[in-house]
Amino acid sequence: MTPLESVHSDKQKPSLFRSIGHYRQGTEGYHLLPFRFMRWSAGEVLLVNDVGEFIFLESERFKAFVGHRLRLADPIYLDLKVKHFLLDSPSNVPIELLATKYRTKKSFLEGFAKLHLFVVTLRCDHSCHYCQVSRVSTSRSKYDMTRETARRAVDLMFRSPSPALKIEFQGGESLLNFDVIRHVLEYSQERNVLEGRDLEYVVATNLVPLTDEILEFLRAHSILLSTSLDGPELIHNSNRPRKGNDSHAITIRNLARAREALGHDRVSAVMTTTKLSLGHPREIVDEYVRQGFGSIFLRSISPYGYAVRTGEALRYETSEFLSFYKAALQRIIEVNREGRDLVEVYAQILLTKMLTPFPSFYVDLQSPAGAGIGAVAYNYDGEIYASDEARMLAEMGDKTFRLGNVHENTYEDVFGGETVRALAADSVLEALPGCADCAFLPYCGADPIFNHRTQGDVIGHRPTSAFCSKNMGILRHLFGLIREGDPFIKDLFTRWATGVRTPATIGEIVS
Amino acid sequence: MSLVLSTHGKPLPSLTRVVLGRLTSAPLDPGLRQDHILMTASLPCEIDLRGYCGVLTCASIPPDQAEALARSASPIIHNIASLDHLQDGDVVSLSPTGSVRTLYRLASPHNSILVTERCNSFCVMCSQPPKSIDDSALIGRHLRLIELIDFNTKELGITGGEPTLLKADLLRLIERCKVLLPSTALHVLSNGRLFYYGSFARDLAAIGHPDLMIGIPLYSDIDWEHDHVVQAAGAFDQTLVGIQNLGQYGVPVEIRVVIHQHTYKRLPNLAEFIYRNLTFASHVALMGLEVMGFAVPNLSELWIDPVEYGTELAEATRFLANRGMNVSIYNHQLCAVPREIWEFCNRSISDWKNDYLPECEECVVRERCGGFFSSSLRHRHSSGIRPIRF
Repeated sequence: MTPLESVHSDKQKPSLFRSIGHYRQGTEGYHLLPFRFMRWSAGEVLLVNDVGEFIFLESERFKAFVGHRLRLADPIYLDLKVKHFLLDSPSNVPIELLATKYRTKKSFLEGFAKLHLFVVTLRCDHSCHYCQVSRVSTSRSKYDMTRETARRAVDLMFRSPSPALKIEFQGGESLLNFDVIRHVLEYSQERNVLEGRDLEYVVATNLVPLTDEILEFLRAHSILLSTSLDGPELIHNSNRPRKGNDSHAITIRNLARAREALGHDRVSAVMTTTKLSLGHPREIVDEYVRQGFGSIFLRSISPYGYAVRTGEALRYETSEFLSFYKAALQRIIEVNREGRDLVEVYAQILLTKMLTPFPSFYVDLQSPAGAGIGAVAYNYDGEIYASDEARMLAEMGDKTFRLGNVHENTYEDVFGGETVRALAADSVLEALPGCADCAFLPYCGADPIFNHRTQGDVIGHRPTSAFCSKNMGILRHLFGLIREGDPFIKDLFTRWATGVRTPATIGEIVS
Repeated sequence: MSLVLSTHGKPLPSLTRVVLGRLTSAPLDPGLRQDHILMTASLPCEIDLRGYCGVLTCASIPPDQAEALARSASPIIHNIASLDHLQDGDVVSLSPTGSVRTLYRLASPHNSILVTERCNSFCVMCSQPPKSIDDSALIGRHLRLIELIDFNTKELGITGGEPTLLKADLLRLIERCKVLLPSTALHVLSNGRLFYYGSFARDLAAIGHPDLMIGIPLYSDIDWEHDHVVQAAGAFDQTLVGIQNLGQYGVPVEIRVVIHQHTYKRLPNLAEFIYRNLTFASHVALMGLEVMGFAVPNLSELWIDPVEYGTELAEATRFLANRGMNVSIYNHQLCAVPREIWEFCNRSISDWKNDYLPECEECVVRERCGGFFSSSLRHRHSSGIRPIRF
């Protein structure tokens, strides 16, 4: 019946209402819609569809389902139907709904490159063991971005069609070249009068060079700060050595100044896990609580720069990181249970993909990978790389993922070139061995640069990939917590995933 | 406290067709009269009755004067028992039968235009059962009403029947609202099925009404359950595609769920379905049953006491609210709803059909409570009604 037909054929009387059976007619048999699955436990299977909706089935029911033997009377039948795992009508509307949901999940692709990293200097006063690229050097000319280079990078950035652009200043210690930060800001604002984009600025900094003048400038332009805090003093200072061994004290002191000037929530922090950190998950989380942070980003060490050159002394197994991550997450949940809000950012990224219809815009976990199409890095010397990791690799002598130079190449050369095209083509999980059939695919991403660095080719080998085992481990852990069904954890994860803050107790309306 | 919305008097023969006008109790300058109906309790002979589109009076016109007045004055209905329910600025229609119907009340926040009684669905609980009559010729009257409604009206509803059956005429009506009532929020109640045709959704969006919302019912996440409630095979699919089309063209959509025996069990599932598939919805309204129309003969099959579905209602409400969706509970009494979701309850029942029970007088949250449909009090209401005293 078309939407109009029934009005003309309408001879019904109230006494002639039809029963529900009349409308259920013709639902005999069903088709399977696309999904992936994994053995969850001895008795259970986890099914995930292309848009990240999931369901746990007992093994016997799973067999009945895929064998087209599941009965309508089985309560799970309707769950599978409405989550679009099965199709039991000739209608194509469920497929259209799935298509809409899929477009939404992949909407991080809209607008092309949104994150533009400006590596304004390689100079740094720290010599962190895990740091990729920094140079303790006083030579300004050698490692600083020039104003001219910065302007050309800004011009290239504005060629990106995205209505929203995020500019992140990186280093070295980015504030050591504050002049170019200010210049990028002023020049981009000037151009934006005509461009009309939604511009956001983040300065990644160790906070050491903060002056009142810089703070006033950051405040006046609503610029966000992202700093590093690796844990309590002992761990932080050990991970982040500098002359005087006082990194923690300076960070905390300047954190207070920055919050005072910019607002408490305008400064966030990330932590990097070293071998030393592994034994202290609780202390590290508690340090974040003590310092009043609303979020913590638990990151594993990356195989670039000094981190590799310093070799075995710093290396640890993925399994060790996972144990650390789980213990830290457990402490974070406890902290929340005690009434303090603290978000773990990596879990939040994954939970957004698991529990909402939306994508995450985190560029390091996407399919196709964000390198070059979601993010781009302009190095201090004008060289352009597909990501922050790609420029770190270049500092080690491997320029595989160099996209061009701001002084020599056009937007079309850089973003339409062979390197970007190959990176995108080689990082579609749906076509990668070991990923294409993985139940976690809708939540995961590809990292061709990591694969190239660690395994010698962009495709990589999943069974021996640290990237794969880390994400599998964390996803399995998060699903496990959801499956256990602790109502507090379910609510907490929903809050993280959706970003919706709801009061713990409902407002009483009786006055 | 149900309201008087119509009255009756004796028409003079000069009233030959239905006339719509805006009421005034004060005589107006001749240049301002043509859109107005003068209402007056008595009929002093010095009053000038020319130039109005109509006159209402309680006075009884003696037969010897009637002929003269019919010739010289505006169309008149006289001998009306009371004009107390009418106010300046209200819009009424006068018909040659002598009936005076209120079409718009200046003082009410709940004005709506019933644009057709036809419908392409046949919902089991329909409060306004459809009629298979061709009322499409009334569009002129609806357009005239738009011209007479006060410019400062905050919100106006368009209801039916199924308003989209007017097709291009509905678009004309909305276009006129945009031009004549630019600061009035327009709320159209539709089953959404005709927006299955993408071009219709596109044409609606193209009007560019600044404050338009289409309220569309969705009764289940299961196609046959929804189709059963609306008694139309294929309606679920049409409505879903319709909502998606409206979303695609940027027309704000409200999802409306009426809760009864056929719909309460899957409320939490429906909430999840809406979140996953229709996240762009501007508002979700979870609504209690109005015991009117088809709901009366079907009541035994439809009735479930709200106190028995509190768990499902709370779960669905919290699910949507926790995910940032704008959700409200309509047509429920606070005492029959779990306290944890009181903050979502609205006073949603239109004033002209809203009532309370005697025991409500003692209730401390009465002012915040939506109360009852007058019709429900005649038939059935929750067994959980009791005054809240603390």
